[in-house]
Formats: sequence, structure tokens, C-alpha cells
Amino acid sequence: MADFSLSRAIRWSALKRWDAVVGALLIVVLLLSFGTVDGFGNALNLSFLIGNTLPIALIALPMTLLVVSGEIDLSVASTAGLSGAVMGALWNQGMTIETIIPICLLLGVVCGLINGLLVTRLGLPSLAVTIGTLAAYRGIAQIVLGSDAVTDFPTQYLDFAAGRIGDTFIPYALLPFLALLAIAVVALHATPFGRSLFATGASEEAARFAGIRVKRQKLILFTVTGLMASLTGIFWALHYASARFDNATGLELSVVAAVLLGGIDFDGGKGTLGGAIAGVFLLGALQNVMSLQDVSAQSQIVVTGVLLVLSVLGPRVARQISVARAGRRAASAPVSKAPSPTP
Amino acid sequence: MTHPSTTGPAPVLALKDISKSFGAVRALRDVSLELFPGEVHALAGENGAGKSTLIKTLAGVHRPDAGQVLLDGAPVVFHGPGDARDAGIAVIYQEPTLFPDLSITENIFMGRQPRRALGRIDHKATHQATLALMQRLGVELDPDRPARGLSIADQQIVEIAKALSFDARVLIMDEPTAALTGSEVARLFGVVRTLREQGAAVLFISHRLEEIFQICQRVTTLRDGAWIASEPLDGMTEDDLVRRMVGRDLEELYPKQDVTPGEVALSVRRLTREGVFTDVSFDVRRGEIVGLAGLVGAGRTEVARAVFGIDRWDAGEVSVDGKALINGAPSTAMASGLALVPEDRRAQGLVMDMSIERNIGLTGLRTTVKAGLMDRGAERSRSLDWAVRLQVKYARIADTVNTLSGGNQQKVVLAKWLATGPKVLIVDEPTRGIDVGTKAEVHRLLSELAADGVAVLMISSDLPEILGMADRVLVMHEGRLTAEIQRSDATEETVMAAATGRAA
Repeated sequence: MADFSLSRAIRWSALKRWDAVVGALLIVVLLLSFGTVDGFGNALNLSFLIGNTLPIALIALPMTLLVVSGEIDLSVASTAGLSGAVMGALWNQGMTIETIIPICLLLGVVCGLINGLLVTRLGLPSLAVTIGTLAAYRGIAQIVLGSDAVTDFPTQYLDFAAGRIGDTFIPYALLPFLALLAIAVVALHATPFGRSLFATGASEEAARFAGIRVKRQKLILFTVTGLMASLTGIFWALHYASARFDNATGLELSVVAAVLLGGIDFDGGKGTLGGAIAGVFLLGALQNVMSLQDVSAQSQIVVTGVLLVLSVLGPRVARQISVARAGRRAASAPVSKAPSPTP
Repeated sequence: MTHPSTTGPAPVLALKDISKSFGAVRALRDVSLELFPGEVHALAGENGAGKSTLIKTLAGVHRPDAGQVLLDGAPVVFHGPGDARDAGIAVIYQEPTLFPDLSITENIFMGRQPRRALGRIDHKATHQATLALMQRLGVELDPDRPARGLSIADQQIVEIAKALSFDARVLIMDEPTAALTGSEVARLFGVVRTLREQGAAVLFISHRLEEIFQICQRVTTLRDGAWIASEPLDGMTEDDLVRRMVGRDLEELYPKQDVTPGEVALSVRRLTREGVFTDVSFDVRRGEIVGLAGLVGAGRTEVARAVFGIDRWDAGEVSVDGKALINGAPSTAMASGLALVPEDRRAQGLVMDMSIERNIGLTGLRTTVKAGLMDRGAERSRSLDWAVRLQVKYARIADTVNTLSGGNQQKVVLAKWLATGPKVLIVDEPTRGIDVGTKAEVHRLLSELAADGVAVLMISSDLPEILGMADRVLVMHEGRLTAEIQRSDATEETVMAAATGRAA
């Protein structure tokens, strides 16, 4: 009896939780691809899939926290591009990579801090601020490096960023990512900080009245996002062995699409990091399969766009179903006092 | 069950044996109601008694599962709010929904202005029509002024004018006075009397019993979705009505315990926020309940916000137990033992989409922590403990607070703050819009807290509540403290005189 009701409870909660739906979808896509797509299942392709998805996944970590708190950062790809460009320029100057990397990370912190200060001190909407800095940071990247492409980074770094462990499907870079993922999951779902992010995203005013230091929390988030974006820029330049000013152009759209697809509510306050990462790898797997099937890059963008729309729609539909179920179950009377739309 | 018999004029609108269920919940069971022209009819009942469902049935939002709606004695079926409006039924809600940037005239005639040739709006005709409506209501409002800046009472009067312009014969007023002060209520009631004299039928809902006796002739009481009685108010007492509503004798509504005040817990000195309030100084001692009275807009809520740190102050000083608070920092105010139950529980007091457990938990993010991580067990037991102590009625502690009734939501806000073990508790309109049973519980709770040595500052626009609960009454008028009145000297007259700026 107990087992029966337990499995029932799991099934229902799984159905109404969009992040679980996306997780299941990811597994289905992977299984189908193993069975039907030539060249998908071999370890080399899988390592490519993961390696190519890692930049999205890395930025998705702080982006998930940002969107949960009701903000967004669209300048991340430009910050990544700027980091790569500065890295290339300093390398051309003859600086050692061990000095360059901390400088680039610091640059990312500054980029994030600028976003955060504009949003928290001036009270500007983050969407507008980061569209502005998206253009600005990319522009600076072009000034710094021009149209050069720097490719001659030290081989041990290139090998780490592009290589995999033996003949397995596991890229080296996956390991530090998993560590960062663990940190992000704990931060969002198990700390007072994460709890206050959910409260802020759901109702910033109520969060302030509960003594949550909303501005400080957002400033921290934007700064960490800048840091992670520059880390991604460094990884990108090494992974593809090319530092150019236009590295990672458009990556912010993939990140936002994946995060929303994973069930993070664009209005803030809802979602899980697990769902977001499932969304990231679902997007990555689909792109990999489309490439294997010789789907043109343009068509891939169409698919991403459709997914973005679905990702905004899906969680809402799922939530409405669960609300309707809860409403039928709850004993409290449905006597809400919403004014009728017509006078 | 004896239903009211019809004598004299026929009812303009009637419900006969109406039932309505939502899933397993029977919101209305065999409810009957008759509204006569020239009568203000009260609808009484606690939160969840079915008042809102009944209103929505009359307004055409809900269709009854059984029973009839009778218009001038003939059965009608409303397929939507538009049908009800065309039948001459208008609903005035607690919070009017006017377009702030449009003029009063434009708001009233939105989308159906009289036209001249070529489809141009006939501004002169609409202006005249608005003036005529205002005259009919006996009020002086400039038809061309924008709705922005109108008091809520005046906004409601505009809504009433709009209803009249649709030739409404039945006006349903759903807690219209909840956000109004005494003089605004008087203004609104003047309009309601005028309408009644002109033969309109009015259905009036209010949690303030004295208002029901002031303006209504008959009352229909609902309890748990069932019709209890329809009867004339003449000869009834407030206690009679409460007994019908709650189905038992209610404990005292203002169970104030006598307490000897202790040390000063909250001290506010010369606090000023430019253009909002000026030179406000007062103390609240342990064990005291200090009432803060005044008209809406007098600056009471603003003082509370500044004391707690939501807004910054420009000059002055606030201290708790002699320790000065930092300007504009709610987190340090909390750490010093200050708690604020804000006036808008839906926007400020609660995160509506979060569970009861986590809403109460929000004030414990610093305490229910183990090794930097949330201690979920401690969080849950803290939340459960306070939800049970305050007798919050809920199905599961993990349910979101928006599934709760208003009174239970308010208890969750109180639980959230009492869980911090405050030395000073500021409550802003603690019983606004909650039913009389819960109201008595909240009062008893405040009284017990004070007896336990908590310093309570209670902001309220409900004068009987201030008079019934406060040891001392502070009165604000236009941003300044104008009076401090001891419990023994506090009367409606002395408080209102100070609140309106007349010499006390």
C-alpha cells in the first residue's frame, strides 16, 4: 500500500514539475539518438557534444541564479569575447598565460560589477543595461584585438581545454564544471542566500520587508556572472584554439533559451538548477544531432528559436495543470477577490 | 428554513435557492436573497462564508449549479458580466480600477463617448453628462481632472457614477470602506443615501459592523455557504449579528489586558523624512500597546517604514533598547529586535507564490542555518510551531500562501515576525479586511504579546480598534504628531479632532 501511494506521488510530482519533464526529454533524445543517428553514440562525438555545450553550461550556472532573482544578463557573451580578446592581446605582448588568466578573470569581475552597479545603484532594468553593455564590451574587444586571431597558446592548456580522458567520452574540462555545478546547486537550493534569491524573484518588495538585502545580493550575482563569463571566454579561446574579438557571439541567446527551457521562470522566483542544466544539454544534444544529420546552421537557429518559445510556454502550461490539480484538491474555497475585468 | 416573505414592492433582483460548488467545495447551498428598490441591504458573514461567490453570481461571473436569479420577478440567466451590466447590475470593488491618466469624464464614458460628425468625441456633451451624474450623487468633483490623485473614496464615487451612466438599478458594493478613513466613509455614505432615496437597490458588504448598522436597513447572513437569516436590522445588536455570523458567542473583540509599562523599548527622536513627515518623537515601552491614529496619508505608514529601515530618514534617531539603529537597514533593525507587519500583506508581508513554511522561514534565514546551509528540519519545525500557535488554518504547511483566506494570510505574516522573538512589534493595519472572528484572535494575540513584555506600536484606521486596544494613542496629522492621548481620555471625538487638525 505504502509503495503504491509513494510511486503515485512521485509520478504526479514528476508530471507537474517542468524540470523533470525536461530531464526526461533529455534522456529520450539521448536514447533515440543512440539508436537512430549514425555516429552519435561513439565516445569521440559525445566528448565533442559535451565540450561544445560546456560554454553554455558554464554561463548557465550564474544565469540561472540571476533569472531566479528576477534579473538577466545579456552581456555575458560579450564579456566572454572581451576576455578572450584581452587574453590574445596580452599573449601577443609576451605575457605568460599564468599572469594573463587572473587578469582576464579580474576583467570579468569588473564587467559584472559595472552591470550590477548600474542595475542596483541607478535602479535601471537589467535587460536594458546589459543590452547596452553587450554592445559596449564587444566593441572594446574589437578595439583591443582588431581582426587578429591568436592561436598559439601553450599546448598543455589547449590540450586540457579540448582533450578528453583517454578514450572515454569525458572531456577534462567536464570535471571542473561538475565541481562548479555542485557549488551552484548548493548555493541556490541549500543556502540562505539561495532562499533569498527565490523570495526576491517572486516578490522583491516582500523580500525587502523580510530584511533581505536585495541590492547587495544582486550586486554579488552580477559580479559572479561576469567572473563566470570571463572564465567561459578563456575556455572558449583555448577549446577552439582561437582568440578573436567575435568569440562566443550570440552565446547569450543559447544560454537564456536553455535556462528558460529548463523551467526557470522568466519572471523570477521559480525553477531548479537541475532543470536548467538539463535544458542546456538538451539544447546541446539537439544541436549535435542536427550537425550530424547535416542540418544547415540557419535551420539550427530556427530550431533554437522555436525551442525558446516552447520553453517559455511549456513551464506555464505545466504549472497551470498543477495549479488546477491543487485547486481541486485543496479544501479551501475558491473565493478569490480578483475584480472582474469588465466594469 | 424560513425565507423572507415579500411584502410591499417587488424585489428588483432576487436569488432563489442558489447553489454553487467548485470541485468538492460547496461555496453556496440553497441561498436566497431579495433586493428591494430604495433599500440598502447588508451581506454579512466571515471570510469564506460565500459572500464573494454570491456577488459573482449576481454579477454574472459565476453561473449557479442550481437555483434561479430573478430580475423583476422573471428568471434570467447571465452568460457573463456584460449580461448583468445590461440588466442594470453594477459591482463596485474595494479597489477601483480607473485609468489614472484619464480624466474623470473619460473614465466614466470610456469607449462610449457621445459622438459628433465624423466620429469626433463630443467633449461638451460628455462633460455635461458627467456634471449631471455628479449632481445626482450630490458631490462636487471636476469632470476634467485626472483620476490620478483622487482619494480612494472619490475613485469609488467615480465608479458609482460610471455605474449610473449604465442605468444601474442594483449596486453591489464589495467592502468599499476597507481602505477609507472616517470622513471618507461619511462622504461615501452620503452618496449611498442619495442613491437609495432615488430608488436604487444596494447590496453592501463590510467587515465593520457599525457601518452595517449605520447605512443598511436589512441584513442577510451567510455562514459556511449556507443562508442563515434575512431580517431587518432594527432592534438587532452587533452581538446578535456576530452570533449569526460565527454561529456561537464570540469572545470579547478587544480583550485588552492591563499591563504596567516597563523600560522604553523603542525610542524615536525628531525623525524627519522631507516632504513626508516632520519632527516625529515618541517612545514605546515594554508591555505597552501604543496606537498610532490618523487619516490615510497622514504619514503613519511612512514613519513605520522609516523606523524599520525600508525608507531612509533625513534627520533624527531611532533606537531599540537604547541602541541606535542604522538608517535604511531592515536587516540590522531585525537583528536589534524590531519587527514590522506591513499594511499590504499580499505585496509586502508575504511572497504569495511561496509556501507557508518558507514564508515564515524567510525571517529565520540567519538562525535556521547549520554550517552555512539551510537547516530544513529546523526551518520546518520553526514554521510549524508558529503556524500551530497562531492557529493558521491550512491543509499542508508546504501549500502556497495564496491558497489561504485573508485572515489566515495575516496570521502567517504575524507568525513570520513573532518567530523572530521581537522586542518591538510594529503592526500596520493588522486586521484590515479580515473577519470578526480572526480579528478577535489577532487582538488577543497582541494583548498577550504586550503582557509578555513586547512593545507594540499599532497603526490602525479602525478607530474602535485603536480605542479598544491601545494604552496610549498617538495621532498624526499631515506628517506631524499632533496629540498623545491616554487610554482613559481617548474617545472618537478626541482622536478625530487631532487627526483632522482641529484643536483638541
